[in-house]
Amino acid sequence: MLTAQGLEVVYRDVLIGLRGVSLQVRTGTIVAVLGSNGAGKTTMLRALTGLLDVHKGKVTKGSVDFEGTRLDRMDASAIVRAGIGQVMEGRRIFPALTVDENLRTGAYTVRSKAKIRENYDRVLELFPKLVDRRTSTAGYLSGGEQQMVAIGRALMSSPRLLLLDEPSLGLAPLIVEQITGIIREVNAQGTSVVLVEQNATMALSLADHGYILENGRVVKDGPAADLLADKDIQEFYLGVGDAGRKSFRDVKTYRRRKRWSS
Amino acid sequence: MTEFLQLMVSGVSLGFTYALVALGFVIIYKATEVINFSQGGLVMIGAYLVYNFTSTWGLPFALSVVLGMLATAGIGLIFERIILRRMVGAPVFAQVMITIGLLFILQNLVTAIWGPDPLNLGDPWGVSTVTFGEVVIQVRQLWGMGLTLFVLLLFFLFFRFTPLGLAMRATAIDQEAALAQGMSSKRVYMAAWGIAGATAALAGVSIASGAASLSPEVQFYALLAFPAIILGGIDSPLGAVIGGLVIGITQSLTAGYIGDIAPWLGAGFESVMPFVVMVLVLLVRPYGLFGTPEIKRV
Repeated sequence: MLTAQGLEVVYRDVLIGLRGVSLQVRTGTIVAVLGSNGAGKTTMLRALTGLLDVHKGKVTKGSVDFEGTRLDRMDASAIVRAGIGQVMEGRRIFPALTVDENLRTGAYTVRSKAKIRENYDRVLELFPKLVDRRTSTAGYLSGGEQQMVAIGRALMSSPRLLLLDEPSLGLAPLIVEQITGIIREVNAQGTSVVLVEQNATMALSLADHGYILENGRVVKDGPAADLLADKDIQEFYLGVGDAGRKSFRDVKTYRRRKRWSS
Repeated sequence: MTEFLQLMVSGVSLGFTYALVALGFVIIYKATEVINFSQGGLVMIGAYLVYNFTSTWGLPFALSVVLGMLATAGIGLIFERIILRRMVGAPVFAQVMITIGLLFILQNLVTAIWGPDPLNLGDPWGVSTVTFGEVVIQVRQLWGMGLTLFVLLLFFLFFRFTPLGLAMRATAIDQEAALAQGMSSKRVYMAAWGIAGATAALAGVSIASGAASLSPEVQFYALLAFPAIILGGIDSPLGAVIGGLVIGITQSLTAGYIGDIAPWLGAGFESVMPFVVMVLVLLVRPYGLFGTPEIKRV
């Protein structure tokens, strides 16, 4: 459904964000993208959704293909129209607007009133909690509810592919569990999902396939179950050591180096 | 009492005029975060265009006003499309300087085409008046108020119920998130400049109607509308209206009573008064009466 090949992204003509990332999403699946801070996860999403301009970034190499159309030359608006919805990092709802208005912003690209109505009902069905909050100012909602608004807003354009950037960020474990359930439900209703996460346990338990990004490169990818079982990944991303907790002395992260004389 | 009512009426009428001018500022600021100093120029050229349509070309007045609004909206669109679009992302200071440059261009354009002398706009209202009790109201003031209220209603409906209006509000709050919903910032900016141009022309008509009151001086109303927007909160259309009314009434009452109460302040103090009120309000509410402080959970 979506194929990105050799994506290279440069910010402000100097800063390299991605160094050749390839990624594939099959129709109906959930793909997890893991990586630590600054690995290039968000940059990759921006490259897929056309939001690089805002950050003075550019795709300098590679291509993105979505069901036969090339996305890397299109602007954000056209990409939403093509059927890709996204939930941005940190929710990014419009705090001064009401919940209803926030949802309506998501339907901006939808022309048919009936379709908007249908999507709106579907979103409220997914998030019964929002029903009573429809006329509240979105900025005053709790973090979990705001995340629901953000996901609901993205669903209002009836996307065939939904990109989620760290939906678990800053939420309590119980709420994260709810969000996980919702993502599974959305996927079951026929929307493919790309899930970018730092919470590796959550992401891999949901996903069919996983990619690990480091320094703007894909360093590993495979079926989610394999990744979950992988020794290195368990150690680096899931916090599971070989024999319980490791002493920090054994983890040698740098080498002493003489700098001024060699 | 009659004197007071009389002053109130002219104050409210003046206030509505300020409100119209202020709305133009607010709508551009809300969408693009630029204070458009050329707004006064748009007001002026809008009034002159209406003059051109009605007096020079002999078109009916109502049609001329509509054409004038469309033409001024077109000028706003051209400014946005050709000049300010290229400045997106440039320092706000640079953008503001450009709008000041545009103001000078409009000033010289107007004096070059129509000359500096006062003209008759060619409105059908002239100097005719109606009398309620002992209060005398000019017909043009009534029309000005009516049209402003109508425009306000349109503004309200537009922002509340249309997708483009919603897109303008969303873009004002968070441009990137609005882009992510498929909204186009370009369309939003163009719409803002177009609407600002159209309201500017209407404001110009409301200022320049009456006997021989169309002159390049019309643009200076925009400067007096300035305290109105700051006072009302620069990003709030409702604030623009309330601010405009406050300033209008303040000015009118000051002009009426200053001679009796504090003659030592001298004649013409009414044009200082709006700024005094503005400073006082800002001391208490730094973001204006209706400006939005950031909405945050605590």
